[in-house]
Amino acid sequence: MALLEVRDLSVVFQRKGEAPFHAVDGVSFDVEPGQTVGLVGESGCGKSVTSLAIMGLLPKRGAKVTGSVTYDGTDLLKLSDKQMRDKRGSELGMVFQDPLSSLNPVVPIGLQVTEVLERHRGLARKEAMIEAKDLLDKVGIPDPNRRLKEYPHQLSGGMRQRALIAIALACRPKLLIADEPTTALDVTIQAQILSLMKELVQDLGTALVMITHDLGVVAGLCDEVNVLYGGKVVEKAMRHRLFAEPRHPYTHGLLASIPRLDAPRGEKLTPIKGSVADNIPWTSACAFAPRCPNALDVCRSVTPAEEDQLGRLLRCHNPVVPGTPAAEEVPV
Amino acid sequence: MSETLVSVQDMKVHFPIKRGVFFDRTVGHVYAVDGVDLEIKRGETYGLVGESGCGKSTLGRAMLRLNEPTDGKMIFDGQDFSTLKGEELRKMRRRIQMVFQDPLSSLDPRQSVESILVEGLRAHDLDEGKESTAKRLRELLTAVGLPTSALRKYPHEFSGGQRQRIGIARALALNPDLIVADEPVSALDVSVQAQVVNLLEELQEKFGLTYLVIAHDLAVVKHISDRVGVMYLGGLVEEATSEDLYEEPLHPYTRALLSAIPVPDPEVEDRRERILLAGDLPSPANPPTGCRFHTRCPWRQATKCDTERPALRELKPGHKVACHYAEQIRSGEIQPHEVKPILVEEGDGLSPDVPLVGPASVTEALNP
Repeated sequence: MALLEVRDLSVVFQRKGEAPFHAVDGVSFDVEPGQTVGLVGESGCGKSVTSLAIMGLLPKRGAKVTGSVTYDGTDLLKLSDKQMRDKRGSELGMVFQDPLSSLNPVVPIGLQVTEVLERHRGLARKEAMIEAKDLLDKVGIPDPNRRLKEYPHQLSGGMRQRALIAIALACRPKLLIADEPTTALDVTIQAQILSLMKELVQDLGTALVMITHDLGVVAGLCDEVNVLYGGKVVEKAMRHRLFAEPRHPYTHGLLASIPRLDAPRGEKLTPIKGSVADNIPWTSACAFAPRCPNALDVCRSVTPAEEDQLGRLLRCHNPVVPGTPAAEEVPV
Repeated sequence: MSETLVSVQDMKVHFPIKRGVFFDRTVGHVYAVDGVDLEIKRGETYGLVGESGCGKSTLGRAMLRLNEPTDGKMIFDGQDFSTLKGEELRKMRRRIQMVFQDPLSSLDPRQSVESILVEGLRAHDLDEGKESTAKRLRELLTAVGLPTSALRKYPHEFSGGQRQRIGIARALALNPDLIVADEPVSALDVSVQAQVVNLLEELQEKFGLTYLVIAHDLAVVKHISDRVGVMYLGGLVEEATSEDLYEEPLHPYTRALLSAIPVPDPEVEDRRERILLAGDLPSPANPPTGCRFHTRCPWRQATKCDTERPALRELKPGHKVACHYAEQIRSGEIQPHEVKPILVEEGDGLSPDVPLVGPASVTEALNP
């Protein structure tokens, strides 16, 4: 059995007087220890809400979470707030996108690291401080003794993200969820952080859920990739297969619209037409149909079912046939 | 094609750091742009890349004189743009337009698209009667791929990609020679990003525009630029055609930058070697002596690097680099070595030898 089993997870946001909004719509995936699973998609595809739902961080009012999230045999969605607090930080770690707003600005870094150690491992302040120093050292923060006494604003963006990773790793969690951990950082710093995370997964056997919009990051880091669109997984495969042969028109379109560093000059990009605003609800159609170059009539009237094709899950009526170029794009 | 449209000579922008209440004492400077020379030919796209804080945006703004440069000249189409004043400057600005990063905050939320586009035309006396203006507006919207019904709408009614199209239409309205685009696609989703990149390329072909594209994403810059300049801490470290830069980066920083960019292909990702830079970008208020990059450079040598600032020199035709040891690094004579990260001081970044005397606030002044 996998360490984390997410089954049919749905999140519906409901406000009085407004139509319910299906942010996440029946997402399922497994994560094994030492494995990295990627959730990719553009803004609004539900990837961050998925991570918040797993960690139980969505507000109780207004957000309805259904399905099951089985971690090590227990359903996290059924746990009480108190039980969940014991899990978070000790067994489940999370790294957020913006390190400045997820660190407390008026508490020194050292205290924010030791807080976790004291709460979950019952260490005394002094022991915790020694441990915290080791942690900062491990994530590559120079001169950790001094940094422990400093406040978040005194650290650079990359150092803050490292501090956040140190906090998440303080209790050696079995599962780490990273929500766009490098989006706010420069590329050279991004490369530092990604290689650090890769190392940690290898050394500690942590299971990692990587949430990102950057297909390049996924290509280098993740074992299995889930491509999300409009709250549903539209394609799921191991990374080598997914990138070599994208079958869903959305995955295919995403890859064709990224300028590649190793592409010959003068090659035109093939964008996906329209924007996420053109989506139609999944209830009786494919949400991607209005933007899809392969759309058939059936795409607008029947919700495509998830099909298993030899280790690849695909949700599409008319997938891209490998080896053919994308359909000619009509400018919007 | 080979005619030079823009020539920037030894451009410097230093922002003073001020302290004190009663006396605005300058206690230091942020050396945002520190001596940049570059030339842009008519009809080409010049890409300026670098990480945040390297001064690329400031350079772009200083060229348009949105920030007054501290020193240096910009010659635009044979005229010295940096000494123009008043009405002459205003008239010249018609020929240099800008596209900003965040399309929502650079468009007035209370102006309709029509009024946004007409404003520039009026200011430069290009508004010749209702009919011709209406025709011009329709042309503009068709050029950027928006429906004519967009004219009566307001910026908030559009998606991010469409807003950026409005921003581009506004820049196009005045028939400029040069468009400076500061991070034109970085706020957009990838699928939409490609639409805007293609649009910029189409417009260039159609109207014979010259672009200066400023971006942090080297893949985007490489895709649309003819020539690329790489900036680090206020100075250009390398300049080459985009193929050349990718094929054979000569400056250690460019090498590290290129190796850090993820490629969406697992086969490539598994094979490639990463050059990881140690530590962070030093503070531009207190830049390192000598070569600005020597504190993080894996190829750093014992002499020259920390004492002498390298000048941009042509190593092969059209490929300039600012590194003392570029030839030796190219031939493999000098091998990279491990670098220990150096602490980078955040905050005001004042050098420690500047004494902070005098009151820093009103309370401090009243209760010494």
